[in-house]
Parts: sequence; structure tokens; C-alpha cells
Amino acid sequence: MELIKSGTNLDFVGNRMIAIGFSCALVALSLAILAVRGPNYGIDFTGGTLVQLKFGEDQSMDAVREALTPIGMQNAEIQDFTDNFGSAADDGGSEFLIRLPLSNEAVGDTSVRVTDAMRDKFGAEAFVIQRVENVGPRVGEALRTQAILAVLFATVMMGCYIWFRFEMRFGIGAYAALAHDVIVTVGALSLFGYEIDLTVVAGILTVVGYSVNDTVIISDRIRENMRKNRKEPLAKLINRSINETLSRTIITTGTAILVILALFFLGGTVIHTFAFTLLVGFVIGTYSSIFVAAPIVLWFENPGATKAIAAKASAKTA
Amino acid sequence: MNYQNLRLRMITLAVLIVGSVFVLVPTFVSSLPQFWQDYLPTRRVSLGLDLQGGTHIVLNVGVADALENTLDRNAEYVRRALEEGATSAEVSRSPGVIRVTVASADADTAVATLQESFPNLAVERSEDGDKAVFDLSFTLAEKDALSDLTVDQALETIRNRIDYLGVTEPVIQREGSDGILIQLPGIQDPERAKELIGRTAILELKLLPDNAEAPERYLSGEAQLPDDWEILEGVEVQVNPNTRLLERSPMKYVVESKTLMTGDTIVNAQPRPGQTALDSPFVEFDLNAQGATLFEDLTAANVNRRMAIVLDNTVYSAPVIRDRIGGGRAVIQGDFQLQEARDLAIVLRAGALPAPVFIAEERTVGPSLGQDSIDSGVLSFVVGGILVVLFMILYYRWAGLLADLAVVLNVVLLLAALALFQATLTLPGIAGIVLTIGMAVDANVLINERIREELRLGKTARAAIEAGYERALPAILDSNVTTFLAGIILFQFGSGPVKGFAVTLCVGIISTVFTAVVGTRTVYDYLLSTRRVQTLSI
Repeated sequence: MELIKSGTNLDFVGNRMIAIGFSCALVALSLAILAVRGPNYGIDFTGGTLVQLKFGEDQSMDAVREALTPIGMQNAEIQDFTDNFGSAADDGGSEFLIRLPLSNEAVGDTSVRVTDAMRDKFGAEAFVIQRVENVGPRVGEALRTQAILAVLFATVMMGCYIWFRFEMRFGIGAYAALAHDVIVTVGALSLFGYEIDLTVVAGILTVVGYSVNDTVIISDRIRENMRKNRKEPLAKLINRSINETLSRTIITTGTAILVILALFFLGGTVIHTFAFTLLVGFVIGTYSSIFVAAPIVLWFENPGATKAIAAKASAKTA
Repeated sequence: MNYQNLRLRMITLAVLIVGSVFVLVPTFVSSLPQFWQDYLPTRRVSLGLDLQGGTHIVLNVGVADALENTLDRNAEYVRRALEEGATSAEVSRSPGVIRVTVASADADTAVATLQESFPNLAVERSEDGDKAVFDLSFTLAEKDALSDLTVDQALETIRNRIDYLGVTEPVIQREGSDGILIQLPGIQDPERAKELIGRTAILELKLLPDNAEAPERYLSGEAQLPDDWEILEGVEVQVNPNTRLLERSPMKYVVESKTLMTGDTIVNAQPRPGQTALDSPFVEFDLNAQGATLFEDLTAANVNRRMAIVLDNTVYSAPVIRDRIGGGRAVIQGDFQLQEARDLAIVLRAGALPAPVFIAEERTVGPSLGQDSIDSGVLSFVVGGILVVLFMILYYRWAGLLADLAVVLNVVLLLAALALFQATLTLPGIAGIVLTIGMAVDANVLINERIREELRLGKTARAAIEAGYERALPAILDSNVTTFLAGIILFQFGSGPVKGFAVTLCVGIISTVFTAVVGTRTVYDYLLSTRRVQTLSI
């Protein structure tokens, strides 16, 4: 079976202006969403309290809010998980997520007050505590710093590796593609109201790794074709390289997305946002390897560099 | 790769497969036969708290408080040492500092005494008219050592308390300079555990002054509270004359600040049920010989006075001392539920914390959510896996089946490595495995696409395979090395869930490269060496 017939030659490079326009629009839109709504940080980074409860019987969100009123927490953010993909409460019960910002009381007391208030209203047997998280301000700050450092270092390291293995312009192309992917993914998370917590950061880093992986495969083919055919114009050579790897790109992304869709729909509440991050990121990452990273290599066309690499290659074979 | 080492590669593969299966048996078989337990590996992949349910708590120890307390004690020693040296000195305390003021004439003797007896205190001297002022504070090294000791003591005490909780395989370890990490897998009542761990549990005995006025009069300022008295919160328990039931009401007590005795001589404590249905349970405690003597003396000296039993600055009861109490046994009453009495007994037995502790982070996953996560994790894993396997067979036929086998072997190797390292599998860890499958598929796709390209150029099966592997190798290596780098960074800078993800990702990449590059190649080479293959099913 073949999805992409061999000898397919779609004009990716020729249409790069359209793609660049589209990419810029996407990035601008994402930045606009982030500017207006702000990234929706979870309690991992802001500090605060999260309580997830599963009721045996159907309960309304209003009833839960009412239960919080006597302790003055009626303004808590309550999310109804009942109909969410992968919620465990598909047996007639209902499931809620209650979020509270940091308060002056000792870390760890807030969740106890919430569960006590729920017991007062619904009785101790009416629900089970699925998850409780209390994060203090110092921890939140430390986790935020750690996460930012992790994303930065990972990105820099991978860019450097590409620079070292290929040439600088491939590294720059990879960086541009990475920035593009991270911004658009975070924008999508913000647009759909998903919270950014530690697990999502792991997801973003996976996207970064995957996107670089894709860029590397295409860059590798460009490099190989440069060695084989030194006279071919770079634009044509890049386009040919993209087409030659297109079959692999589509199959790999396709199978990866099959797995992620399974995670997204069946993976349960905890992994749902993670799966969403991967879903958006992998699609965008594949797109950017073809339409962002490769054209940038062309942009920085530099005959000296091409010659240098060709010389290196011939020195190796000699 | 050449054909000479084909046999070696086949043996290596076989050994790896058999070894992995052996290593994984304990993980999947719950009751191992005796000979296995004696001679074969029994390490297993353990599940993280997010999968099996449990509580993860990071505590910060109030080291600063402990330093101040130690400084308080030192101030007392300094006063005594100077008195013994016949120097009349004024000793006062402010945060972090003991201030000693002496007449200038006595300054030199004072310095000599201080330096000789208190090498752990740094002395800063200044002059104030005809007086010399010394500010004493802990040296940096001393501060570090004290902090360290405080955190270690707190950890030991908490470990003792948790032992009474009966949690299997708890993790209690230091984290950073002043933190303690506690993991309690499968705990049923996390709120109780939190209460038990966080309590400072300093038990003090203090006398109530005979001639005190009502506490409210001091608080409102109508009466002046003497310097050596203080007002503490507490509860009062009384029998309601109408219902004949016990009732507790909040109550303030005026007590003398001086602590007659603390709970550090307690050697044992037990909860006891009440004598009658009306009584609530109480806690009985035993003192060691030294404590028993002290207790006997102080009760003898204060017959007919009221003595407050104070725990963490809350008065539990204030009985009247009827008579001298010998034998080193006493009780604490105070309208407890049986559970409360039991927990109080635990903290008294395990001892007080050297400093208050604060929860910095708490994450609890209920057992049902853990099971839900395992179920849905496995379900999505199986569904995703089957989809990929079917697609690969459909697309690459026999070569696809071979790739599928490589991917399965990859997962087996990965799990075996986790079992060998006794790594903990968390939910993000499962996500890492899923991503590994993606990478493994990618490596096989790269190879197969290359072989197809070479075949299209008209090469023979053997030449196409050889060229296909050779050409695909740089791309596979480069892409896996970059992801591996990212994984290492994640492990270094990440925390908790991110780390679990990084571990499976890094191990997975190694097994991916191995299975795709060495594993499938060996099978092709074997088929080619038997010369049965003329055309490839790819």
C-alpha cells in the first residue's frame, strides 16, 4: 500500500509565501489570545487548592456551590467533569473539580475545610475524594522557575545539536519552527480554557522534541541531497527533499496521532489536557517542519556554506 | 554490519528477550513460587502515587523558630555562666541576638567567660557610655548545623508517628535544606495523617495563679496582666445539668508562663475508654524515672492548686491537684473522641517536633481515581497499540509485522529496564511509553520507506535492505539523540510528573534505537542468509 505515490512533487517551496502568511497569522492570533485571556496557569504554578470529588448520585453545580457558601468559598471555580471525556462518573453519578486561589490560611487547611463543608451538606457517604492538591506559594514559584528553565534549556540544547550536526541555518530554522509550535500550542490551550500545569509542560516539551525530530528528518534529507547533487538550485532541492520524506512524515504523524486520539478520548481526566497538548502540538509540529523550518534554510541561502558542506562531504568519502 | 556476526547478534537478541521476560515475571505474577524467590530476580515495577492512590506531602520545618528557642536556652546559660564568674550583667533577647550589658570594668572578664564557655556564639562588642554591650549570635556554621539537626530530628519524629499509622512502604526523606518529603501510598484517611504529622505536640504543665481575675478583664485592659502570666485558649468540659451530657465550650485560661515540666520524659501513652458512658475517652501516659520524680515533687509542692495541661499552647484540662502523685503515671482528659485520644497518644509517644512544620505542598490521589487512571491508561494503550499494529501490517505487510514485533519488543525491554532499576511508573510515565511507541514506529517507517525507495531504483532485496538501513541510520540517530537530550534536560530540571516522563522517554529511546536498528536488521539478515528471500514483502 502507498499513500503518497513515489515521484509525487508538490510545490511546497513555491507556495511558501502563503504558508509564511498563514504561520504569521497563526502566531499573531495565538499571541493575541494570550494577551487578552492570559495563559491559564494551574495551581502547580500559582499555588492554591484543588479538590476533585465524585458523587454517587447526580448533583448540580449549584448544589456544590451552595455547600461552599457557609465557609465563604462560594466564589470558587467549579468545573463539572461529569460529561467530560474519560470521566469515571459515567455510571449515573457526577464529578466536580473545585479550584481555590491561595489564601492566608495554612497550606493544607483549605482542602480540609472544603471537604468538611461537603460532608456537612451531602453526608460523608455521598461522595469520594478523587484528588486533593494544595500548593503553597513558595513551591508554586519554584515549580514555575523549574518549568521555564526546563523548556528553555531543552530548546537551546536541541538547537545547538542541530547546529553542530548540520549548519547554522538549519539550527535557526529549527528554532523558528520550535518557537512557532510552542506559541501556537499554548495559544490553543488558552483558547480552549485548558490549564497549564506540570503535566502540560511535559506535553509541551514532548511537542518540542517531536517537532525537532521532524525537522531533523527533513534536514537530513536536504543535507544528503546536497552532497549527491551540488548543481541543483537550493529551492528545488529542498522541495524534492520534502517530497521524498513526505510519505514518512504522513505515516509517522498519522500513527502518532492515532495513539494520541486514544489517549485523548480514553485516557481519563488526568491525562486529557496532556493529550490535547500533544494533539495540537504534533499537527503544528509536522506543519512547521515543512513550512517554517525548510523555507528558512532557503532564506539564509549562502553559497559558501553549501560549498563548505559539500567539501566536507567529499572529504569524508575520499 | 556483516554476516559474520549474525550468530552473535541472534544470540544477543535471544538472551535479551528471555532475560527481559524473566525480569518482568515478578511484576505481573503476584505470588511467586519459593524457588523463584530464592534464586531469581524479584524486583518489580512499582506504581506511583498517582496510580495506586496515596498522599504526597512536602513539609517545611520552621528552622528559624528552633534557632530562637535554642538561643533562648543559651541566654539562660549565658546568664548563669556570668553569675558564676561573679560578673553582674544584664542579659536580654531580641530576634537572633542575645544582648549582654556589663559595666566597662567587667568587660574583659565577661569576654573571657563568653569565649571560653560559648565557642558556638559570635561576639560583637560595642560601647554604650560606661557600659560594654555584647551582641551574641550563632555563627553561620553553628546555624547550619543546628538547622540540619532540627530537620533531622523532625524527620525522625515524623517517621515514628507514621510507623504507628501502619502505612506500608512510606517514603520519608529530606528535601532541600529545610524540607521533608513524605509519601504515603494507599493511605485511607489522608486528613488524619496530615493532622498527625503536622502537630508540634509540645506538652507543658503550667500552674493557674490563685488570685487571677477573669481573662476577659485582662484582654479588655481593665486589669493589668502580670509579666509572668499569659492567657491561653482552651476548652472547658462540663456536664449539662438538663441533658446530663458532656458539653465542650471554648474557654480562656490565665496561667503562669513558667513551664513546670514538658512531655519529653514521656515513655509511653495509651488511649483509654471512659469509665462510664458519660465520660469521654482519655489518654494515660507514663514518665521515665527522672520525669516521675519531677512530677511527684511538683504535685507535692502544689497540692490544692490547679494545673493546666497544655498541648501546643491549647489548654486541654486544668484539674485541681488533690494530692502528691507518685509512680510516674498521669492522665489527660478533655472530651476526646476515641480516635482523637488515639492520635494524641501517638504523638505523645513519638515525641514532640523540635520546631513547628508547615505544609508546602500536598497532593492526594484517592484510590478510586488511581484505579480509574490505570484502567483508562491501559485501555488507551491497548486501543492505540492495536490501531498502530493493524495500520503497519496493512501498509507494509510482512515488513510491517516485523516492525510491530520490534515495537512490542521495545515495550518489553523498556518495562524490564524499569523493573531492574526499580523505577516507579507514574501516569506521565505511561505517556512517555506511548511516545516511545511513536518514536519506535517512526524509526521503522524511516527504514521501510528507505528500503522501498532503493527497491524502486531496481536494487535486489539484499542490496535494498543494506542501503535502506545505512541511509536511514543518520536520520534515526539524529532524531533520537535530540529527543534524548531533551529527556535528560527534563530529568535534570523537571519535578515530579515531568521526571517520571523523562525516565521512560530516555530508556525508551535507547531500546527504540536498538530494536529498530539491530533487532529488525538481524531478522532480515537471517532471512537473507538462508537465501529464501528473493522479493521483499514491504
